Amino acid sequence: MSSALLTQATRPGGGLTIAGLTVRYGPIAAVDNLDLTVRGGELFVLLGGSGSGKTTLLRAIAGFVQPQTGRIALDGADLLALPPHRRPVNTMFQAYALFPHLTVAANIAFGLRQLGRPRASIRDRVAEMLALVQLADFGDRRPHQLSGGQQQRVALARSLAPAPALLLLDEPLSALDRGLRAETRTELVRLQRQVGTTFVLVTHDQEEALTMADRIGVMRDGRMVQTGTPAAIYEAPANRFVAEFLGAANILPAVVRPDGLILDLPALNATVQTAVPNAPGPVLLALRPERLRPGDGANRLDGVVVDHAYAGDSLTTRLRLADGSELRMTRSLRDGLAANLTATGVAMSVSWQPGACIVLRE
Amino acid sequence: MTGWFRRVVLAVPGLWLALFLVAPLCIVLLIALAEPADGVPPYRIGLSLDNLVTVLTDPLYRAALLLSLKVAGIATLACLLAGYPMALAIARAPERWRNALLLAVMLPFWTGFLMRVNAWIGLLRDNGWINALLGGFGMGPYRLLYTDTALYIGIVYTYLPFMVLPLYARLSRLDPVLLEAASDLGAPPWRAFLRVTLPLSLPGVAAGAALVFIPAVGEYVIPELLGGPRAQLVGRLLWEVYAANRDWPTAAALAVVLLVLLLGVPALVLRLLRRSTQ
Repeated sequence: MSSALLTQATRPGGGLTIAGLTVRYGPIAAVDNLDLTVRGGELFVLLGGSGSGKTTLLRAIAGFVQPQTGRIALDGADLLALPPHRRPVNTMFQAYALFPHLTVAANIAFGLRQLGRPRASIRDRVAEMLALVQLADFGDRRPHQLSGGQQQRVALARSLAPAPALLLLDEPLSALDRGLRAETRTELVRLQRQVGTTFVLVTHDQEEALTMADRIGVMRDGRMVQTGTPAAIYEAPANRFVAEFLGAANILPAVVRPDGLILDLPALNATVQTAVPNAPGPVLLALRPERLRPGDGANRLDGVVVDHAYAGDSLTTRLRLADGSELRMTRSLRDGLAANLTATGVAMSVSWQPGACIVLRE
Repeated sequence: MTGWFRRVVLAVPGLWLALFLVAPLCIVLLIALAEPADGVPPYRIGLSLDNLVTVLTDPLYRAALLLSLKVAGIATLACLLAGYPMALAIARAPERWRNALLLAVMLPFWTGFLMRVNAWIGLLRDNGWINALLGGFGMGPYRLLYTDTALYIGIVYTYLPFMVLPLYARLSRLDPVLLEAASDLGAPPWRAFLRVTLPLSLPGVAAGAALVFIPAVGEYVIPELLGGPRAQLVGRLLWEVYAANRDWPTAAALAVVLLVLLLGVPALVLRLLRRSTQ
């Protein structure tokens, strides 16, 4: 399919500005004094666990919940003053919320009808959207006659048909089975690039966030903990929560020496070199399991093998350190599984480069 | 499930239907085809179509059948107009209120039907409560009792729960996220209602309409107690023919015609509904 198909599709993606937003359910603040800027045309992923407030934030943007305080603006225009049906924002719902009594084509036409477009224009746009999601021959079907993946594409086509300035996607892939999910992920990113609409996508799946996002916002307890590109957030998490939520991390208590480049690990009676200087004082040292390797190196810790977990493409080894804490090391199996894995209970050293040290204040 | 067990389980309702539905219907049909006679019972078994022809051609019976269909139709429509907002309000009420509200809808069933209809006589009389109330505003008194108004009030009052309950059952199962989706796609609340809530509740409308229409067509007590002398509905006529005239075959023929009509109407409604949703 070519992008020439999208005659009416492209309206430049709207930039979203949220300032001081608070949404309370009774005494609980589901969204707590939150600031966020999403650039026009960006695929922004809101990442957080359940209860982090990410879905509430999405519903506040769509207009289904009224915030107590704060501002939401799209390209500078206040959204909060508008009821949901007047906002130039569409939502792709988690369980799709397709109208069961309407055909696929009528579902997609629903938003266009509300805009009062002429019949012929609606028909053309529906055909265009069906082609876009590769369901050209499915216009006359009913939602229940489609597979989960097809329903997902209809939901996407329906929400994109009125050419919103901003599309909100609430866990769009969670109802799909694993194999389809990975495939749909790339397809969704490709579509977003093609139509140019700003996407704000909510997910609890860190892999989804890392692979799809232009930028990620990590949420916790109704607050935005950190925003940034996937690489920036993964390489330089703001705190322990982000480090552990995005990818795995070994967390070790440490103290930065006055020179800023050497860390003492008092519990392990060891010292560690970092690549960049840090402010002296007590910190947490986070180590990504895949940045560790067996043997001696610039930084080194000794332990005893607890067990190995084989995952096909990688092998994760758990070590017990001198203070009784555990350390995980993940090795790629690009050369296959070694025949002589270090046996459980046998001593083993791990090492890493100074650049692999992540120093956290909290 | 083994074969014999399955057969026994199916046999019980089958037997029930045979004994209490099919057998009485056969007897009624038999009497409808019989000839009237003096004696006990007041008919002679035969194979005559005269009674059915009479019922279908005699203006008296035809008028009663048509009037019954008209009254039941208007009453069903009135029940729908009154019951739909009620059912919708209950379905959208906070969860802790719903059971109480449903109970309130069903509460009238806890007292006798005749008592409740008689209570309406007290309300609708020339010097009854409604006229007393209107008199307080300097209006009336109006003649209400023994009019078509009283007849419709009685039928709508009696059958309203049968409309509300199936509608509620349907509306309460409507996923609220569908209304959010409609709103999200630009539909103001009233259009979301017309394009999502209403079409998805049509099976409930059909069920409620059938539950009101069918008994209303054959209604005997309400026209007798509240309706005027002109309200010659088929139920009233049937009772007259059967009890006063002791003309069992004609009464049976009337019952058969009524049954065929009542089977035909829902079938037609269902077919139309199915076509409209396809």
